[in-house]
Amino acid sequence: MNHLRQLEDQSIYIFREAYKHFDNLGMLWSMGKDSTVLLWLARKAFFGHVPFPLLHVDTSYKIPAMIEYRDRLAREWGLNLVVGQNKEALAAGMNHTLGRDVCCTALKTNAMKNLIESKGYTGIILGVRADEDATRAKERYFSPRDKHGDWDFRDQPPELWNQFKTTFPPGTHIRVHPLLDWTEINIWEYIKAENIPFMDLYLDRGDGTRYRSLGCAPCTTPIKSTAKTVDEIIEELRGTNIAERAGRAQDAGRGMEMLRKKGYM
Amino acid sequence: MKNTAMPAALTRSISKPEENLNIVIVGHVDHGKSTLVGRLYADTGSLPEGKLEKVQAICRQQGKEFEYAFLFDAFLEEQEQGITIDTARTFFIWKGRQYIIIDAPGHKEFLKNMISGAARAEAALLLIDALEGVREQSKKHGYLLSLLGVRQFAVVVNKMDLVGYRQDVFDGIEKEYREFLAQFKAVPTQFIPVSAKLGDNIVSRSEQMSWYTGPTVLDTLSLFKKEAARSEQSLRLPVQDVYKFDARRIITGRITAGRLKVGDHLVFSPSNKRANIQSVEAFNVEPQPMEAEAGQSIGITLDEQIFVERGEIASHQKQLPSVSTAFRANVFWLGKKPLEKGRKYLLRVATKEVNCEVASIHRIIDTMDLAQQQGSHSVGKNQVAELMFRTKAPLAFDLSSSFESTGRFVLVDEYDIAGGGIITELVHDDQEFLREEARRRDFAWVKGEVGVEDRAKQYGHRAAVVLFTGGRHTGKSLLARKLEEQLVADGRHAYLLDGENLRRGLDADLSEEERGQTAEMARRYGEVARLLTDTGLIVVSTTNPFGLAYHEAAQAIRTLVNPAPLIAVHMSKTAEEPPPNIDVVLVGLTDLDAATKRIMGELKKRGVLAQAIGTKPVFQYSI
Repeated sequence: MNHLRQLEDQSIYIFREAYKHFDNLGMLWSMGKDSTVLLWLARKAFFGHVPFPLLHVDTSYKIPAMIEYRDRLAREWGLNLVVGQNKEALAAGMNHTLGRDVCCTALKTNAMKNLIESKGYTGIILGVRADEDATRAKERYFSPRDKHGDWDFRDQPPELWNQFKTTFPPGTHIRVHPLLDWTEINIWEYIKAENIPFMDLYLDRGDGTRYRSLGCAPCTTPIKSTAKTVDEIIEELRGTNIAERAGRAQDAGRGMEMLRKKGYM
Repeated sequence: MKNTAMPAALTRSISKPEENLNIVIVGHVDHGKSTLVGRLYADTGSLPEGKLEKVQAICRQQGKEFEYAFLFDAFLEEQEQGITIDTARTFFIWKGRQYIIIDAPGHKEFLKNMISGAARAEAALLLIDALEGVREQSKKHGYLLSLLGVRQFAVVVNKMDLVGYRQDVFDGIEKEYREFLAQFKAVPTQFIPVSAKLGDNIVSRSEQMSWYTGPTVLDTLSLFKKEAARSEQSLRLPVQDVYKFDARRIITGRITAGRLKVGDHLVFSPSNKRANIQSVEAFNVEPQPMEAEAGQSIGITLDEQIFVERGEIASHQKQLPSVSTAFRANVFWLGKKPLEKGRKYLLRVATKEVNCEVASIHRIIDTMDLAQQQGSHSVGKNQVAELMFRTKAPLAFDLSSSFESTGRFVLVDEYDIAGGGIITELVHDDQEFLREEARRRDFAWVKGEVGVEDRAKQYGHRAAVVLFTGGRHTGKSLLARKLEEQLVADGRHAYLLDGENLRRGLDADLSEEERGQTAEMARRYGEVARLLTDTGLIVVSTTNPFGLAYHEAAQAIRTLVNPAPLIAVHMSKTAEEPPPNIDVVLVGLTDLDAATKRIMGELKKRGVLAQAIGTKPVFQYSI
């Protein structure tokens, strides 16, 4: 519990730094467990308020229950929800059978870049965690992206003693990662401790499977699991040594490195 | 499993870790850091299923010898170059403790990454190659660990297999390196001879080195202590922000030392404002907390509506932080451009940002032999130096030897953090005595029922001093009169304080000689201005009574009217270098209206006139 509170304190500090320094902030919310914990932490940091819009990049291939959950929480918590979509690519028939890398880049990366550009966001808060995959392990809490949204991971600014990069040249933006130090287990422990509402897709609903990570329906497969409660998920995760994102197709090979260099979350 | 990237948080242990410890592994390039981490993982059974076999298979395919370091090579480039680029974070659990391992690069080109990693660590392992011995980065990293505040570390002498596991080689390295560390009083908890590649003394004891009876690397990690809480120190709460999302006006920040509770009397430095804690605010915490301690990101409300800003440090009155415009520090520089004497940088201590310049470079420290090079005017990339800084405004801080978080800082050059340092010594500035007078006076100040913020709300503006400085016949009086007139016409409460009126009255007891000196005259002037700002007025004044000693007088008045802002307007007939701390420069006054407008703009910018403060008027506290 003590460690969870330390993580919470650090995340809240990062949120407040971001809010202080960036006039035009947005926060990504995919309705998954991580970005929902992120949203909860924002409400902690700002005493029940969320003083910036929540951005959802809708690929149109999301699981329908995710959209219902999104709209319900937005209503109940009084959220300012902004939805972005690459309508041109969808109209032209973009889907995962054309290549996962191509599809992710068009419907997620490009849709997000367009959203950021059209709204002029200078700071984007998102829920990536260092333990998700190796490229994310190299992230900073405040991570600059150049004019094209690209990430120069070899030349990242120093970050020490909770002093972050908060100034940047015009045309570039900063990605803020309040959850960087959290692990998958921490996320579930926190959901339990704070009683945060989450989607039941993460639980076994009777067929012996559950989703461990949520994405687009065609590219996300459930795992075999009989975990029906948060406690059971935590217990299961302590015993596993299968990667969290093993059910996410875009991670195959060097997928994530290539995607993230080009601006993927 | 499709994922080839290292899924780092895979934990095999069913037991829940009771605590976490951040460890950084540092040392010269190629001395075996990644191999050590890979070995720790493999030998503690922390690797994901099939990972070892998979990497071994890739090695066979590519016809190269398997190395434990390959387990962590995440990026294509990294594998190609064979060097770890950034501070990757990996985890493993051993005996109820989760170790978060920050693998910092040893290549000197990546020093900023090493620093970013080490600054987060609670303990460190420093690797030295037994064959190569103590190298440049071994020393630099050792020195930097100490500077960064990582006091708990062990030295791992790696590749003992390459020197035939000889004790004399190990002893030689230990002796040499201990002597080096002793020069800056760093003492490692242990020297351990290992072969990361072959697994000697990593998890299990080496059969090759029976002469070594100390702990293995894993045992050493277990012996590292969790950092002691700073809750027992005196309170330090740097203000991070002030929110007014609803009826509550909440001051937020992270407590860096000590503890606080509802009812405590807080002093904010350097403004010297004071109030009692009315509540500790939190979302989804039942019942509402009554206290908080070091490490927590909190929100508090006060019993009195005082205006405090980000950057001030809240403490209890008995243990105040230092306040000065100058200090000495040990600095490491990472900027692409050298750190130069006389150049201006942005300095950040906790949440405070202030402009500063390097007043002097005492010496550059060569981390190879700790030789000191004096008389330098710049500090190059990756160099360490002892400097003196001067800040534009008074800064609240501590010595890093007593308070870590409020005793260290980073320097921002253009857009980037380009260096950091620890404060080693307070340097007394010429305002010290006046500042002390102001502090004592403010702490004993008797207030009526109407507070400063009540007046500000009534008047629609805050109190301030606009001070016109400069040589004779530059139009100071003329513009001061014009400004007072304009402010009053706009419905503001402004008053022209003319030095002549003090000279014949308040200063009548001074001898002719005393009146010719600036110090006492300025002190009295400043105290009068302080009283007037407490009435909520915008005081408009000139340095006319002080002649050419206007700079000295302005400094004294600024110190005494604190925390009311002093807006200094410098006037000259022809272009000249204005003294420091000037807000508006006017050369060859011709257009009174335009000049008045500029000063009004400055008053708005400084939050004196009732305009939105900052850029988020909806949520910011404004009056």
